[in-house]
Amino acid sequence: MSDEKKPGLKSPLRRKLLMGMAALPAISMLPRASFAEAPATSAVNTTGLAVTDSEVTVGILHSVTGTMAISETGSVEAEKLAIEQINAAGGVLGRKIKFIQEDGASDWPTFAEKAKKLLVNDKCAAVMGCWTSASRKAVLPVFEQYNGMLYYPTFYEGLEQSKNVIYTGQEATQQIIAGLDWVNKTKGAKTFYLLGSDYIWPRTSNKIARKHIEGHLQGAKVVGEEYFPLGHTQFNSVINKIKLTKPDVIYAIIVGGSNVAFYKQLKAAGIDLSKQTLLTISVTEDEIDGIGGENIAGAYACMKYFQSLDNPNNKAFVSAFKKMWGEKTVIGDVTQAAYLGPWLWKLTVEKAGSFDIDKVAAASPGVEFKGAPEGYVRIHENHHLWSKTRVGRAKADGQYELIYETADLVEPDPFPKGYQ
Amino acid sequence: MFGDYSLSDLGAIFAMQGFAGLILFSVYVLMALGLAIIFGQMGVINMAHGEFMILGAYVTWMTSSAFQQYLPALFPGYFFVAMSLAFVASGALGMLVEWALIRHLYKRPLDTLLATWGLSLILQQAYRSVFGAREVGVELPEWMMGSWQATDAIQIPINGMFVMGLTVLITIVVAYVLFWSRWGRQVRAVVQNRVMAGAVGINTEKVDRYTFGLGCGIAGIAGSAFTMIGSTGPTAGQLYIVDTFLVVVFGGAASLVGTIASAFTISQAQSTMEFFLSGSMAKVLTLLAIVAILMMRPQGLFALKVRK
Repeated sequence: MSDEKKPGLKSPLRRKLLMGMAALPAISMLPRASFAEAPATSAVNTTGLAVTDSEVTVGILHSVTGTMAISETGSVEAEKLAIEQINAAGGVLGRKIKFIQEDGASDWPTFAEKAKKLLVNDKCAAVMGCWTSASRKAVLPVFEQYNGMLYYPTFYEGLEQSKNVIYTGQEATQQIIAGLDWVNKTKGAKTFYLLGSDYIWPRTSNKIARKHIEGHLQGAKVVGEEYFPLGHTQFNSVINKIKLTKPDVIYAIIVGGSNVAFYKQLKAAGIDLSKQTLLTISVTEDEIDGIGGENIAGAYACMKYFQSLDNPNNKAFVSAFKKMWGEKTVIGDVTQAAYLGPWLWKLTVEKAGSFDIDKVAAASPGVEFKGAPEGYVRIHENHHLWSKTRVGRAKADGQYELIYETADLVEPDPFPKGYQ
Repeated sequence: MFGDYSLSDLGAIFAMQGFAGLILFSVYVLMALGLAIIFGQMGVINMAHGEFMILGAYVTWMTSSAFQQYLPALFPGYFFVAMSLAFVASGALGMLVEWALIRHLYKRPLDTLLATWGLSLILQQAYRSVFGAREVGVELPEWMMGSWQATDAIQIPINGMFVMGLTVLITIVVAYVLFWSRWGRQVRAVVQNRVMAGAVGINTEKVDRYTFGLGCGIAGIAGSAFTMIGSTGPTAGQLYIVDTFLVVVFGGAASLVGTIASAFTISQAQSTMEFFLSGSMAKVLTLLAIVAILMMRPQGLFALKVRK
């Protein structure tokens, strides 16, 4: 504790002068609130978080080794970009963000252990992290026990809500229902074949999809529903079944390496995605990189963000991302959602006027982020985001072309009535 | 289940399903061949087999990028070059590993299990550091994609037929090398009696090294071929390793014929059940059946007859 207070005891006047001098050239470019009125640490941090007069510490907790590194790398990159941009714009309540990165190593107990370290030892004011539902479930009790704040980026199955978590990705109903309605209306789709990898997210999502298809779409039905173990690489048999049942829509929620095998084999089996409608909620631009654009061109994906979105926020985001991480990188839905985390936290802290977890949690509902690459988002009372849902069509160059977007923001509904 | 479909539809589906089973069979044989050689001839349980396969896949990816960049005119044929390079790269790494690691552990078979498992983790992280954590997409020449239209309703994947052809070729070559060549006789002599083999002038260390290299090289070719049907990422090798061991153990460790027979049995059971049941269920039933059979016949389907 004493270590943390030391900087405050050194001549505060000298410090302020120095800061002022250093910032002089930048003054005209910055919004006035950024450091001019940096409030005293004792006022904005009453619970002993790692906040000093000039710095605030947050954690980044993702897998950079192990199986999940494939997916989580993009999230880490986006979070670092957001933090850098926030710092360049003056930080949070006049304090620069310093981050401590821990590796969850694709192992759920490790996630819990590292979460505890970030909260208890490092006293992080917020943690951006986790990707799979399993890792989130593993750290949730830690965040609730030690009262931390987690910004979770992945689209997921819903059925969860916590004071200590802000879910910046979509929950299942947001992602599923609009897409099914669209395919039913514009393609006249009546028969659906549901596929998925065998774990909680695809199963819950397909359950919601089935309820919606059978209960809300006129005359529509599910003609098949199947799950495959994670890492399954042989899809020829199910492709034959699809050929036999000739569904209007293949609805695929396959993840990881299986994805690559599925789309390559689908193409090899002569199923032409320009004629056969395929709708997925699990393939972002990141996955297409591995699948190969030529193997999935023509498929539709339903999510809230595509790299190709045409708006000024997104253009700035994409070029900043590529500048930082290389021209060849692609940005998928989850990467964008991860980018929202630090920004939403900054806006919430400034709204609350405090870093205290309880105040941040209480101030979260209603926080809006107008600079979001996806357009505009707002935090709901249930700590999920209001966001638009979009349908894109995959092109051979690995990008999606926007086909449809909901007129209004879709309300997050993590505990949907009639869908469980 | 089939009441609603016409007879010709069903005929076409069953024909395609038959091919699906054969393709799966070829994939299994190709995966397991390298492991069967190493496990069967040397008694080494190579847990890093999947990583040797992925090395082949990465070599293929690099070759394809290089051809696109420098020799776009020859791109349609790059796959054959890639497979040869994959064989060389994986084989060379295999020999290096044998020299540095495995040869010190021949008398401690369980330790080879741990050592090669550690090696697999090291290789995975090495791929991640060198090639990045994300999967890479291997671009195939146009002629290898799509399907062959046998009749109006029957389509056979071209890459599946390619894998089948490749499997047949490699199996014949391996069988020839092991059973008819001078080097193969040396290998079998070492397997049967290492000390006597040494006494009659066979350089047993060299035989070990080349055998291990051959097994790993074939894994490399398999990995190269699987870029057509699967993913290429640092941990993709793990997707194959369980099935591979299953095939080898079920077939009887020391027998090539056993490996082939077991690959055939498992693939047919798997693909037939996958058609009638769901994917996960088919896998569960296949595994249960294998467990039951191995309980009755622990030595696997085919075993060397040895005096105990």
